[in-house]
Amino acid sequence: MSKTLFDKVWDSHVVRKIEGGPDVFFIDRHFIHEVTSPVAFLGLKSRGLTVLYPERTFATADHNTPTINQHLPVEDPLSANQLKALEDNSKEYGISHWGLGNKKNGIVHVVGPENGITFPGATIVCGDSHTSTHGAFGAIAFGIGTSEVEMVLSTQCIMQPKPKKMRININGQLGKGVTPKDVALYIISKLTTSGATGYFVEYAGDVFENMTMEGRMTVCNLSIEMGARGGMIAPDETTFAYLKDKPLSLKGDAWDTAVTHWKTLKTDANATFDKELTFLASDIEPMITYGTNPGMGMGISKQIPNAEAVEGGVSSYKKSLDYMGYQENDSMIGKKIDYVFLGSCTNGRIEDFRAFASIVKGKKKAAHVTAWLVPGSHEVEDKIKEEGLLDIIMEAGFSLRQPGCSACLAMNDDKIPAGKYAVSTSNRNFEGRQGPGSRTLLASPLVAAAAAITGVVTDPRTLL
Amino acid sequence: MAYDKFTILTSTAVPLPLENVDTDQIIPARFLKATERKGFGDNLFRDWRYNGDDSPKESFVLNNPIYSGKILVGGKNFGSGSSREHAAWAIYDYGFRCVVSSFFADIFRNNCLNVGVLPVQVSPEFSEQIFNAIYDNPKTEIEVNLSNQTISILSTGAQESFEINSYKKENMLNGFDDIDYLQSMKEDIESFANGLLL
Ligand code: SF4
Repeated sequence: MSKTLFDKVWDSHVVRKIEGGPDVFFIDRHFIHEVTSPVAFLGLKSRGLTVLYPERTFATADHNTPTINQHLPVEDPLSANQLKALEDNSKEYGISHWGLGNKKNGIVHVVGPENGITFPGATIVCGDSHTSTHGAFGAIAFGIGTSEVEMVLSTQCIMQPKPKKMRININGQLGKGVTPKDVALYIISKLTTSGATGYFVEYAGDVFENMTMEGRMTVCNLSIEMGARGGMIAPDETTFAYLKDKPLSLKGDAWDTAVTHWKTLKTDANATFDKELTFLASDIEPMITYGTNPGMGMGISKQIPNAEAVEGGVSSYKKSLDYMGYQENDSMIGKKIDYVFLGSCTNGRIEDFRAFASIVKGKKKAAHVTAWLVPGSHEVEDKIKEEGLLDIIMEAGFSLRQPGCSACLAMNDDKIPAGKYAVSTSNRNFEGRQGPGSRTLLASPLVAAAAAITGVVTDPRTLL
Repeated sequence: MAYDKFTILTSTAVPLPLENVDTDQIIPARFLKATERKGFGDNLFRDWRYNGDDSPKESFVLNNPIYSGKILVGGKNFGSGSSREHAAWAIYDYGFRCVVSSFFADIFRNNCLNVGVLPVQVSPEFSEQIFNAIYDNPKTEIEVNLSNQTISILSTGAQESFEINSYKKENMLNGFDDIDYLQSMKEDIESFANGLLL
């Protein structure tokens, strides 16, 4: 029978099918961080359970960590408490732990692939919805709740009904200044934030085939923002080249055997999807969001749509624009901004810093803009220095912070003040996501860089 | 985490007819710093419920004494956003046992089922009827019968059935959770794991 890539990976991980119920689904790789794991460990303890396969779980501290002075003790006692809990629990159960100060520390969805923990055909979960990032490698990867973290720790399985399947095809050539982030924001703006609920998405077509692994990760990362459980891209030579010789990748004959198997992880020619959508690369512009969910995005040269023209409730739409301080039919170009955030598991990789540097090179940061440039990991930080990008951004008046989730969810001190506008390369523009009362404009690193230089929303194509 | 059994719930309901209520609104990230599952109900809808100085915002429905009950009736696409189970805990901890919406975000629905909150998805028309009934009379009682998979507006007699998979239904009726089930099949899991390459 013809199968999709998703079927192949899913079906090979079902330990038991329950009649009328979910599948008992085996998890190859499990990531944990300080925020969503402590209660799961408490649950284990209260039931008297242990961790079944500690070698399949990897801990990193990221959500809560400061992005300056990481060598000092963490000031916020609640954050410090969670970090300590992660460290203690990891030690107690024999789980590898990359805490603050560890060379391998960074955002969970950045360090996983970087170290070869992620691999094609794997099933990967983490108590963070952007776990979908790892789908870029042809893995089934998705976010889970804390009860499920407890399930994975104690049995390496969770119980999941198999989602429906969707394929999104985009062919053609992306225009100048159009990045993977724009592709993703474009798709979400077409589907809305619930358009893929209940589905697992496969991205197919030249646009994705021609993307680097970093770009594929950005796209898969954002799958969750259209409601999908996750998204995936068939592994190919780009994938294998990225993973080869990563610290935890297979070596020698084992690697060759694995690659032979990974090459079979493709959707068969006759396989069918529950839903299939096709877009054209040439229709995609650099994107920006104007509202309070990632579906409220548009081409940067366009005007904010009328409430009547959008699907969904007029009142929610107007409430959203009110929160942002914008009006229907406004143009986004030229809107004043206060903050720029480059970072997160969506756009905190080396390519994102290269893109940012390509625009700010030889220019100066706008005086009124506060910019936070936060690498996704120490490895990214090191590369920024090695490639000379640090010099470029410092000459332009920027500085670099230390790795962590930072203003993506503003659990640490990196909070955008109430009422201020931030052009952010992260993934969510919900009310208060980047700090109570903050106003977020989601965009690519190029758009963020253009805004940081000019102090207003600017089409990056005019600066390239 | 074990929770109370869910059989029939008859209660007044709290209306929140907004669309796309996301998990950052249900429980803002800054309240996720606990290492224990306690006190989340106090911060349910924190930024909609309280002003910056912690005084209640009178306009928000949870601060309106006219509306109360164990059922929260939300707008379409309820619970979108992050995977934080804290959102479901906050709803449970506040005292809700059931959330009604014409559409739920996936992870949120799953999390609810894991912590003992029943997500009841109804048609948009029925959702309208519930809102209207509550606005007509805030004392209107809603009955959610899990065994029969029905939800009824007692004042009008209107009824609709809802979907839930039979496995999750059994669990909720008995107050069991998935961990209990998985523990019982550990041998199968181990032999499966032994057959894996990586
Ligand atoms: S950067 Fe944001 S989305 Fe990514 S793991 Fe951290 S908090 Fe989650």
